[in-house]
Amino acid sequence: MQRRAAQERSSETVMENRPVKRLVRRFREPGIRGHQAAAGWLFLLPVIVILGLFLVLPILLAAWVSFSDWSGNGSPLGPNVHSVGLSNYRHLLTTPGLDQSNFGTSIRNNLYFVVLVVPIQTALSVFLAVLVNRRLRFVGFFRTAFYFPSVTSSVAITVLFLFLFDPTGAINKLLSYAGVTGPAWFYDPRGLFHVILGQLGVTQAPSSLASGTFLGVSYWDWLSGPSIAMCVFIIMVVFTTSGTFMLLFLAALQNIDESVNEAAALDGATEWRKFRYITVPMIRPTIFTVVTLGIIGTWQIFDQIYTGTQGSPSNTTLTPAFLSFTTSFNSNEWGVGAALAFILFGIIVFFTVVTRLATRGQDHVPRRRRFGPPGGSKPGRRSRLASAVSGVLR
Amino acid sequence: VSGTAATAPEQPRALRSTASAVRRRRLGRAMTYSFLLAIAVVYIFPFVIAVVTSFKTEPDATANPLALSPSPATTSAYHDLASQDFGTWVKNSVIVTLSVTFLRVFLDSLAGYALARLRFRGRGAAFTTIILVMAVPGVVLLIPKFLMIRQLGIYDSYYGMIIPLLVDAAGVFIMKNFFESIPVSVEESARIDGASIFRIYWSIVLPMARPALVTIFILSFQGSWNELAHFIISAQSASLNTLTKGVAQLASGQLGSGNRYPLKLAASTLMTIPVAVLFFIFQRRIMNASAGAVKE
Repeated sequence: MQRRAAQERSSETVMENRPVKRLVRRFREPGIRGHQAAAGWLFLLPVIVILGLFLVLPILLAAWVSFSDWSGNGSPLGPNVHSVGLSNYRHLLTTPGLDQSNFGTSIRNNLYFVVLVVPIQTALSVFLAVLVNRRLRFVGFFRTAFYFPSVTSSVAITVLFLFLFDPTGAINKLLSYAGVTGPAWFYDPRGLFHVILGQLGVTQAPSSLASGTFLGVSYWDWLSGPSIAMCVFIIMVVFTTSGTFMLLFLAALQNIDESVNEAAALDGATEWRKFRYITVPMIRPTIFTVVTLGIIGTWQIFDQIYTGTQGSPSNTTLTPAFLSFTTSFNSNEWGVGAALAFILFGIIVFFTVVTRLATRGQDHVPRRRRFGPPGGSKPGRRSRLASAVSGVLR
Repeated sequence: VSGTAATAPEQPRALRSTASAVRRRRLGRAMTYSFLLAIAVVYIFPFVIAVVTSFKTEPDATANPLALSPSPATTSAYHDLASQDFGTWVKNSVIVTLSVTFLRVFLDSLAGYALARLRFRGRGAAFTTIILVMAVPGVVLLIPKFLMIRQLGIYDSYYGMIIPLLVDAAGVFIMKNFFESIPVSVEESARIDGASIFRIYWSIVLPMARPALVTIFILSFQGSWNELAHFIISAQSASLNTLTKGVAQLASGQLGSGNRYPLKLAASTLMTIPVAVLFFIFQRRIMNASAGAVKE
């Protein structure tokens, strides 16, 4: 999901390749308007009907299901289905039980996933973009190599990683050459932080952390870090998305006037200082866009979990998206599953809004550092798609 | 770069420092190359391993996961795939992908044209709605879509698999932006000559919109070929499995029992070929266009 969003975003910029001239686009002859209204609605009709049928109405239907006791038999609008108020939501948020602890676990897993993937993929894609932005021979080859994983399906990549990270697979073979015995990866439920603490001699939870729970998960387990199995998914997603985001950063980098860098070089600036004081401020809007897209995408991880582990080992790769699916389709608790989907929606909106608030006022290239030719810079150089999306989310 | 050397004053000390700067730059360049190469290996090697392993026997794949030459080399994984439902999966993926792709190109361009050029009441509201849609996360919609597909009686059919995927707000957006960027004068003269609105759209505007149409084509093809979640919730019969769904079930169902990696990797290699071919055909366009896109 994340990759798709990013790809849509990246190729949207294709459109701006040609000189964008806003031309008079409205025909003002009065006689033609009637025709245009009819044709306009006719042209829009298929899109609007499909949007209504498969987006607006489904959301309303699911909202009803999340407040109902529908068990999957017959129509959710049938006479035997009753409203249960907020019971399904309470089941997840306040009523102790399996639903709640599964929900808490999935939130913990996904939270670590987001917190690790988003910064790593953003940093890596900036890094790759800076590398391939140089005037080098074969640079096209390197760009292609880094981008290729983004093209493939998440299913194919997951199958590949299942093989690479098999307990007797390629990665552990490689590690064995270095004298390291690799973990069982996809089969290893131990949390990364717990493993590190274990190395330091802390194997038992301190009593203060063992007793208290939040969302059915003990504080000690909240602090487990991502499981080793989840770490493989983290590596995998970074591997597949870094190329997509690299292209976005490459576009931003090529917008920086080379003379600025040359002037800085003449003044004796080091590579790092040029990067820190010229590059980063100039690509700041793109960084925010990538972080936002990253957060939206990583909270939705589903395909990889479905293909790879189905939430195992010990639920440590369970994510809200996958849990919502199994709760509905496998356990037939449709109300709870739908409620979970809406909570996930809320989480995504919340995180996006927080990011936007935290970066408000900084999401444009600072005026004084705008070195481009006068008049050549539109307000905020990022693509209009991104500004539209963020405008909506703001 | 050469400007630095040219402006260097003619004192010996400065010359020496220029020479060392050149040496440093050369060293830096060599380091950059070896670094890039190392990263490229990390990015490419997994795919090489996937292809090679698909020609291995199962014991060979397990014992020598890193070996780059299969011993013995065998195509039995591919034969096994052929004897399974793989053909059905390919057929379904092709049907769904082509339908979704061509219908999206058509519907997106229709809607984009209306939003960009036709003047009518409610246009702004329609556009806002379409933009809002882009903000709804896809995974959240899985259960809602399933409910609606069932309610409409198109569950477990091609209709249920194809029609909901035609919602493509981003595509409409791309088309609208594109139409706004091309001159309106040609259309105006056609209209003065008495051409109907659909005729103007079909024979004048669409041919001009080729770059945008290609973009939608690439996005839609890749998106629907790689789609998994929607097919999980819109159909259940094995005869309607697409490649993604079939291979995903192959992968997850066998976890634990005999690993069958050559078979799985053969399947994932084959399913990657169409998108890889598409990528290499339009590579210049995908890479360069978006890289140079913001230069105006």
